[in-house]
Amino acid sequence: MPLSFQTLFYKEVLRVQKVAFQTLLAPILTALLYLLIFSHVLEQHVEVYPGVRYTAFLIPGLVMMAVLQNAFANSSSSLIQSKITGSIVFVLLAPIAYWEFFLAYVMASVVRGLVVGVGVYLAALWFAQPPMLFPSWIVLFALLGSALLGSLGVVAGIWAEKFDQLAGFQNFIIMPLTFLSGVFYSIHSLPSFWQSLSRFNPFFYMIDGFRYGFFGVSDISPWLSLAVVSGCFMALAGFTLALLRSGYKLRL
Amino acid sequence: MLPAIDVRQAHKRYGSVHALDGVDLCIGQGEFFGLLGPNGAGKTTLINLLAGLALPDGGQLSILGCDVVKQYRASRRLLGVVPQELVFDPFFSVRETLRLQSGYFGLRHNDAWIDEVMHHLDLAGKADTNMRRLSGGMKRRVLVAQALVHKPPVIVLDEPTAGVDVELRQSMWRFIRRLNRDGHTILLTTHYLEEAEALCGRIAMLKQGRIVALDSTHNLLNSIAGFRVRLKLAGDLPAALLPQMVEQADDGYLLALPSCQALEQVLAQLREANVAVQEMSMQQPDLEDVFLQAVGRA
Repeated sequence: MPLSFQTLFYKEVLRVQKVAFQTLLAPILTALLYLLIFSHVLEQHVEVYPGVRYTAFLIPGLVMMAVLQNAFANSSSSLIQSKITGSIVFVLLAPIAYWEFFLAYVMASVVRGLVVGVGVYLAALWFAQPPMLFPSWIVLFALLGSALLGSLGVVAGIWAEKFDQLAGFQNFIIMPLTFLSGVFYSIHSLPSFWQSLSRFNPFFYMIDGFRYGFFGVSDISPWLSLAVVSGCFMALAGFTLALLRSGYKLRL
Repeated sequence: MLPAIDVRQAHKRYGSVHALDGVDLCIGQGEFFGLLGPNGAGKTTLINLLAGLALPDGGQLSILGCDVVKQYRASRRLLGVVPQELVFDPFFSVRETLRLQSGYFGLRHNDAWIDEVMHHLDLAGKADTNMRRLSGGMKRRVLVAQALVHKPPVIVLDEPTAGVDVELRQSMWRFIRRLNRDGHTILLTTHYLEEAEALCGRIAMLKQGRIVALDSTHNLLNSIAGFRVRLKLAGDLPAALLPQMVEQADDGYLLALPSCQALEQVLAQLREANVAVQEMSMQQPDLEDVFLQAVGRA
């Protein structure tokens, strides 16, 4: 890969490391608070899969939620920040191809998503130890999901002109879709209307496929989840690349 | 020999504003070229098109023969731009910033040149300081250093000395002059017309997206015939001399005269009107006069 891509990728990872308290530790703590509260309240009342404690059921969902949210936050916040401070000009002046730009931001998002995800998982082991029956499914969905959200973050970061707009994107799109994706429950526990609606939420497929890797049980076939998530990623990646190639809101 | 910068019929619109309206410009290799114009004339737009920060609506622009749109990678490698805005990445130190910029241009082991650039711009002592902790002048130096990390043959300086103290301005120009002597082409925009007059071999003046004057600095200065004379008089300026007056202030009158013979006529008229001359000083036309004339008449 060209050095220009490697440098941009390295710069993005270095940025995460320089503010690790905010980018890595804070989201791990947030996920653990969710785990502490929900497992304390629901552990004795809910059994989603036979023989699986609710806390163990919750851990993969929380790990994936952290992966997705942080992958999105990484590319979107980096781009909006550099657009507002004007430092994006250093990247735009350089001979960096639009696809290198895309890959660097998305791969840095994947790295942050995975680091936070691993951190949440390791910390959560203190509460419960879910099995890991199919690690390759876990890795596959973590990679695809974080790449998808990293790509969405690039779109949001390019589109938004102020932090307010980015916060709206995060609070009104990412957050509801994540919370209504089965992180805290199985969709089989929902009324049929909401079950049907959940199937239009791509986050549901990411969480369900990821959880399958742990328990070997899922709400729908992991192959279907893989197809949906891959399809969404390819469509979004194509859209993002077209956006970058046109110079939309970057090269005025 | 290929021109360093070649602009043909460049057009750029922002909504109803025609920021560039058919600009043609050819700058030879090794030139020190000035681009002047009032605010909103289109100077930064032209630079943005050359640098790929904006896309042209029409026309062709190339750096050393490389089209800035079709061959953007090659053209950007040939160009170093010091942006007008004082921008920086707050996460990194000066050295990290310069290393990253080198990497963006495909240069891995560039520390020797980075050290040399930092030395010439008096940044060596701040190499490991975070960008946020630098003064405005220091940040400006880093911007210059960032534009030079890949040793571009063509360097664009968009008002590089705005808000910079005299000492830094002098040291910066010494370094830029040296680069120009070494063969780098320099394109400069500045509001300090005396800087352009002292540094640039050729100058173009832009107004409302069009070039209204383009010539060597020498020819532009000679295009204004005559000179100006400031007179402090014991009485009022005779009415017959009012058409030549360009300014009246507490310290006297400023008259624009086409030749030395005209000065003799002025003095004769003052003697005739019995008005004594208390002080007299002569002023040669400068770039400001040329600028005002070119921008005013266009």
